[in-house]
Amino acid sequence: MKLTLSATIGICLTALFVLSAIFAPWIAPYPLDLAVGGVWEDPSSQYWLGTDTIGRDILSRLIYGGQITIFVALASSLLAFSLGAFFGFLAAVKGGWTDQILSRIVDMMMAIPSLIVALVILSVLPLNLTVLIFVMGILDSTRVFRLARAVAMDIAVMDYVEAAKLRGEGQGWVIFREILPNALSPLVAEFGLRFIFAVLFISTLSFLGLGIQPPLADWGGMVKENKDGLIYGKAAALMPAAAIAALAISVNLVADWVLGRTTSLKGGRGG
Amino acid sequence: MKDQLDRIIAATRKGAMSRREFLGRTTAMGISAGLAVALYGKVANAQEAKKGGVIRAGVYGGESTNSLDPALAASPVPVITCSTWGEMLCDVTPEGGLAMRIAEEATSSPDAKEWTFKIRQGVEFHNGKTVTAEDVVATLKRHTDEKAQSGALGIVQGIADMKAEGDKLVLTLSSANSDLPYLLADYHLAIQPNGGIDNPAEGIGAGPYKVEAFEPGVRTVFTKHANYFDSEVGHADQVEILVINDNTARTAALQSGQVHMINRVDPKISELLKGTEAVTIKQTAGRGHFVFIMHCDKAPFDNNDLRMALKLSIKRQEMVDKILGGLGSMGNDFPINASYPLFDDTIPQREYDAAQAEEFYKKSGHDGSPIILRSAPGAFPGAVDAANLFAASANAAGIPLQVKLEPDDGYWTNVWNVEPFCASYWGGRAVQDQMYTTAYLSTADWNDTKFKNQEFDDLLVAARGELDEAKKKADYSRMANILRDEGGLILPMFNDFVEGVRTDIGGWFDDPNGELMNGRALSRCWLG
Amino acid sequence: MHPLLKLVIQRLALGFLLLLVVSAVIFLGVEALPGDTAQAILGQSATPQALANLREQMGLNDPPLTRYFDWLGGVMTGDLGKSLTNGADIAQAIGQRLGNTLFLAACAAVISVPLALILGLIAARYAGKWPDKVISAITLTTISLPEFVAAYFVIYLLTQVIPLFQPVAMVFPGMSFGAKLHAVALPVIVLVMVVLAHMMRMTRAAILNVMQSAYIETAELKGVRPMQIIWRHAFPNAIAPIVSVVVLNLAYLVVGVVVVEVVFGYNALGQFLVDHVTKRDLPVVQAVGLVFAGVYIMLNILADVIAIFANPRLRHPK
Repeated sequence: MKLTLSATIGICLTALFVLSAIFAPWIAPYPLDLAVGGVWEDPSSQYWLGTDTIGRDILSRLIYGGQITIFVALASSLLAFSLGAFFGFLAAVKGGWTDQILSRIVDMMMAIPSLIVALVILSVLPLNLTVLIFVMGILDSTRVFRLARAVAMDIAVMDYVEAAKLRGEGQGWVIFREILPNALSPLVAEFGLRFIFAVLFISTLSFLGLGIQPPLADWGGMVKENKDGLIYGKAAALMPAAAIAALAISVNLVADWVLGRTTSLKGGRGG
Repeated sequence: MKDQLDRIIAATRKGAMSRREFLGRTTAMGISAGLAVALYGKVANAQEAKKGGVIRAGVYGGESTNSLDPALAASPVPVITCSTWGEMLCDVTPEGGLAMRIAEEATSSPDAKEWTFKIRQGVEFHNGKTVTAEDVVATLKRHTDEKAQSGALGIVQGIADMKAEGDKLVLTLSSANSDLPYLLADYHLAIQPNGGIDNPAEGIGAGPYKVEAFEPGVRTVFTKHANYFDSEVGHADQVEILVINDNTARTAALQSGQVHMINRVDPKISELLKGTEAVTIKQTAGRGHFVFIMHCDKAPFDNNDLRMALKLSIKRQEMVDKILGGLGSMGNDFPINASYPLFDDTIPQREYDAAQAEEFYKKSGHDGSPIILRSAPGAFPGAVDAANLFAASANAAGIPLQVKLEPDDGYWTNVWNVEPFCASYWGGRAVQDQMYTTAYLSTADWNDTKFKNQEFDDLLVAARGELDEAKKKADYSRMANILRDEGGLILPMFNDFVEGVRTDIGGWFDDPNGELMNGRALSRCWLG
Repeated sequence: MHPLLKLVIQRLALGFLLLLVVSAVIFLGVEALPGDTAQAILGQSATPQALANLREQMGLNDPPLTRYFDWLGGVMTGDLGKSLTNGADIAQAIGQRLGNTLFLAACAAVISVPLALILGLIAARYAGKWPDKVISAITLTTISLPEFVAAYFVIYLLTQVIPLFQPVAMVFPGMSFGAKLHAVALPVIVLVMVVLAHMMRMTRAAILNVMQSAYIETAELKGVRPMQIIWRHAFPNAIAPIVSVVVLNLAYLVVGVVVVEVVFGYNALGQFLVDHVTKRDLPVVQAVGLVFAGVYIMLNILADVIAIFANPRLRHPK
């Protein structure tokens, strides 16, 4: 398996984001929430990316913001995957009523727009990271469920699965030892996409005032804080926006590469 | 000096200079304030009002849940809408005087208990009916009916008896009130045909513009009321209110000329907007204020030494600079400023004093556990930052103040008026009496500092019935001092109205009574 | 009965049942909101007396179950009730706003769907070559931008730098079709940017997937031109996954554009719903939620049916 150029870029950038998030307190030149300069100062040697709407260092806030953005998106996509993949496989393997009930519940959940559900639920529950992660994870799990079920359906009719069933293996064995390994590649690629959607979703929630609460800020919240300067050529809002885009693109590049690998594994030629 | 004055007058005639600027410049030249006001009146009136055209305002603060019923108006868009189609008995002028509108004359008995309003003859509603004293009585009656959920219930409650006698309206009060006409200028009390009892949300009144189309939370279109009684008001043929809640879109709409005026310009943006041509920024000192409120009846805030320690540990100038971007003025822990009539400007400004604050804190005997201040982004713009600044300066004075962030949603239900220390805001009221009666009288519904002081209550009632202005002013001054030194109110700043107006709009004047010229901008301005 | 017709009827019945369940779920969800409608309407300046009056007037003292079935009965007879907050007729208010929602969605769909398909076909045809890479890079960027960032960027570019359009995109009854199109230009551009990538990528992937089949190889060996192969052989067979993604995005254009509506002040259903959620206006939230769910379910039935028609293997399930 060869690394393509775009995959290398993707992996490097993703790694950069993750590392700077992990080591935020050591890297960030200024504290998260201290007004160190004037309002909307241009980038300078002192403030590499300039200052924000109340004079905080944007680079530092970006680094800390990345911590929150990546953590919440990662945690909620992991939750979505565990839930969605488990129930999806279960529905595919069990079939019959189990499949019917699970599929109809998911249909129902998908019929109500998730942004609206999130708005309603987040106004019921106290706003904190745990709640946010659970709400996003559960809402997103419906989409994973569909994919996991479809993939598992394909695999469940394969000879080796039938063979395992005939051998008398339990359902747990079938799910975790036969289906999961073979469904992993498309799921990993999908994970990349779901992660990006999670990043965008937190940004949107923060934008609507229901996401991360100040003085902490995710990148979406930072865009919101600084957006008013945008039409006067103040670039402060562009920095976090660019960070969101860069993260999304780099994860996407990695996901594409994984997908490409998947197709080649299947023996097709693919692009 | 003559040349300079001529230039200022010319600029004012063209509408390029506001009243505030005019007064500032002319008094700087050595002209007395009184003369300057008179001069401005002449100059501004000499401005040629142009008729016709369509004026559009982009306004923050409207929802698709809004209604045209004036009793329910609470947020900016319904209030301004109401002031455009509605006409009240009288208006409060920018100088704090009374302008007679539907009432031609207001007189009271010597004890200020019985008021007589002479109704102007020949004023017409939008539906062609003539405004009578009976309509006025019906309107006031509807607001007293508790089912109407009127925001003016507190005002009309004190009227024991109301009757129409020919072209006169006679109101008998349960207790004396020398400010009654000011209270009746409230926008909720727009006069409606038969009081609007049949259909309160019909939007039919006697104001300069009638409602042509109303889409809640989107826009309201008005056309000129052809038979309006005052030719000095209502210059454009059509005016529109567009609801634009997003700050960026609102300023962009102003700059691109999609609208002619907007409210609520972010202080940070105003500096940048000043650089653009075709737009001017209007800054008007108002009566609204941002506050931190302590419940005087709950520990540890039941201790006045602790309250005083907190009052002394807030950096007011820093708040004005950082939270309001300089567009406001320092508060002095009572809810009245120079925009009110009978304000006592000799009360010394309270400043940050760490040493004294620490002394008071020690004297209070507080156990040193964290004092929790609750705040939410929606408590007022910048409330969280303000709370953080407060905590920082208090900690520097040795007071363990700690901020707790609350969600916006449910803030006014679960935190405000429930928790003993939190951030809040107040819009101003027309007169001092109304402000104090609303929130600082022991028995007030919205006494959100749980402030109970017999002397204060007695003074308030006495001042209300007082017709001698000097005595009244002395009473108010004493009350302000009581509240400042004993109350549960920490008032660091009064916020200005900051508004953006395109330069082709003429006739703008600053009005501290409310935003966008107290809602009159659409009917008093013209397109030049 | 024809098995296909039977299938369609089955789907419709199932969809209706689903809608019913969804209505109950929405009801319970909104019922669980803390705070109360009366307080939310009157805000900070509510007197206790006014609160009590309002509560009684709005029937908030009835048990929830009574209110739910009252409402459901009304819906069956086409009466959605009146808004609690301003007494407006809900069916009428929703009708107009739904029209605006569909207008915006239609404008965005008319541009984005053909564009996505064409770009997808081109990308598939030149898979791995520069046109594919350029298209992929551009769509990757647009999908990676949050909507509101794209929106402000477009506002900045097209109203301030090049003043072509207006930043506030409200449409009103009585406006000419041209004026409406001009008004919604900016939100349409943003929405096209947002949905394009997803559809385009799926088109590309689905076609490349089909291209691996034996019959395509046969066609290639026969010397048919590549574009012809894609258009005549690959595309018809890739239609099912493409349709399902297109439908998903159409549903999104109808129900998921709250942010775009907020930024451009567009007077459609999303903004309307959010306003009423914050004011706890139950009947309106119910009604709009139901409309949204209905649109979603209908579009999905449509996607199923198209997929069945397009695919003989699905037409005859075992």
